[in-house]
Amino acid sequence: MLTNFRRVLRSGFVGFWRSAYVSLASIFVITVALFVISCTMLLEQLLTASLANIQSKVDINVYFVTAATETDIIALKTAVESLPDVAEVTYTSREAALEEYRAENQNDSVAMQALEELGENPLGATIAIRAYETSQYENIARFLDEQKADEQPQTPLIDEINYVDNKDSIGRLTDIIEAVEKASWVTMLVLIAAAILITFNTIRLAIYTAREEISVMRLVGASNSFIRGPFMLQGVMYGVISGILALGIIYPIVIWIGPATAQFFEFDIYVYFVSNFANLFLTIVGIGVTLGLVSSVLAITRYLRV
Amino acid sequence: MIYFDNVSKLYNGGRSAAIEEVTFQIDPKEFVSIVGHSGAGKSTLLKMIIAEDKPTHGQVFFESLDIHRIPRSRLPQYRRKIGTVFQDFKLLPNLTAYENIAFAMEANGRTDDEIAENVPQALALVDLTDKAWNFPNELSGGEKQRVAIARAIVNQPDIIIADEPTGNLDPIATYEVVQILKKINDLGTTVVMTTHNKGVIDELGRRVITMDSGRIIRDDSSGKYVL
Repeated sequence: MLTNFRRVLRSGFVGFWRSAYVSLASIFVITVALFVISCTMLLEQLLTASLANIQSKVDINVYFVTAATETDIIALKTAVESLPDVAEVTYTSREAALEEYRAENQNDSVAMQALEELGENPLGATIAIRAYETSQYENIARFLDEQKADEQPQTPLIDEINYVDNKDSIGRLTDIIEAVEKASWVTMLVLIAAAILITFNTIRLAIYTAREEISVMRLVGASNSFIRGPFMLQGVMYGVISGILALGIIYPIVIWIGPATAQFFEFDIYVYFVSNFANLFLTIVGIGVTLGLVSSVLAITRYLRV
Repeated sequence: MIYFDNVSKLYNGGRSAAIEEVTFQIDPKEFVSIVGHSGAGKSTLLKMIIAEDKPTHGQVFFESLDIHRIPRSRLPQYRRKIGTVFQDFKLLPNLTAYENIAFAMEANGRTDDEIAENVPQALALVDLTDKAWNFPNELSGGEKQRVAIARAIVNQPDIIIADEPTGNLDPIATYEVVQILKKINDLGTTVVMTTHNKGVIDELGRRVITMDSGRIIRDDSSGKYVL
């Protein structure tokens, strides 16, 4: 048993080395396939990260009247927070709003002068509401509208809800995000399917060239597992080498485009690549090994039926 | 040890026959030559012995074993009892002469010690000790066939099946190959060989089965090549 295993290992390595052209061709094709798969995976990360980034910038702001008491505002905030769609609610008090205004406009003498002349704080408190998904803002806005409608006319609380202003852009953004996600999934599936088919065919051709040898092995009394073993090992070797090569090609590319992605998408692909390298390595090499192994087994089974 | 019982192989739904109603027996330690024109059914007979082809009617026995009832999973074990030699050598191109012979032993599950001992012996028997580490494409036709014979005998099979072993060889190589087969037979292994070569048959002076159109038309115990 152990002897057989050792012999299969040795003859796998010997076959790999002595049919170097066939091995090289297979490795080349699998490398390209894995390269495509890794690129789609990284692109998907980039998209997800940038979409999350865009989504985090979308929110609903509720402006309160200046006379609103903090107790009422906190009560509303608590009510909003208890909604299932709400991810986060940030409260900005009147004083904090004024501080922010001052800080933003400290070089604008006209604005500062106007503020001085008013004598009192003209700004109301605000809460900023962030949902989990952009499509959930509709519900939150409806809730806030109901709250506003329920208010006593003599003691108003909510001055303005900016959702209606943003409604169109939020809706459009939601559509774009959904379309991009769908498109990237379809592209990924098509590319991965193509990569798998090409790999399978290449290995099938490689084994096709060995079909005479397989029949000879059978005639000298080699069992199916003894014949299959070295070819399976070669499939695994193709996968491992191709996986390493594919990541080796991607590495300089992510170094190169890293700063650009950091600037444009606010997501540094190089940092992602390095910090998730172990995961990426296992995934890509794992896909390579599976591809090589499954293709070998499927291809060789055809020639073992003599 | 090999017994064909009324064996026919039909094609095209019975309209053409590779062999028809063939019955004969091969005894242990015999050297049997099967002769006949191309298409006479010689190779089909041999393919049935190594279970590469199945008869349409009749049975083929190896000792008491019905060859075509051996389950697929047991075929490798059965084939290890038979050494095969082909016209086109059928060596593994990526393995050296030594490795080709060792492969047959490895496939049989022999130990490394046995391999280290028997492969050089087999190479010596076919006089190829100095070409042990050459690849098949570095050997002449006669040398390749001698490697194939060494591979066929290295597991000490009960019978050697040789399908046109001299078909691709020049006269000198043919003579050498036949001498080696004779030597193997003298050492006690049954040999069944098909051939076109009149000189080989006449030189051997052993049993000759003559086939024509799928039937045995002559079976002489010390025959000449008559067609």
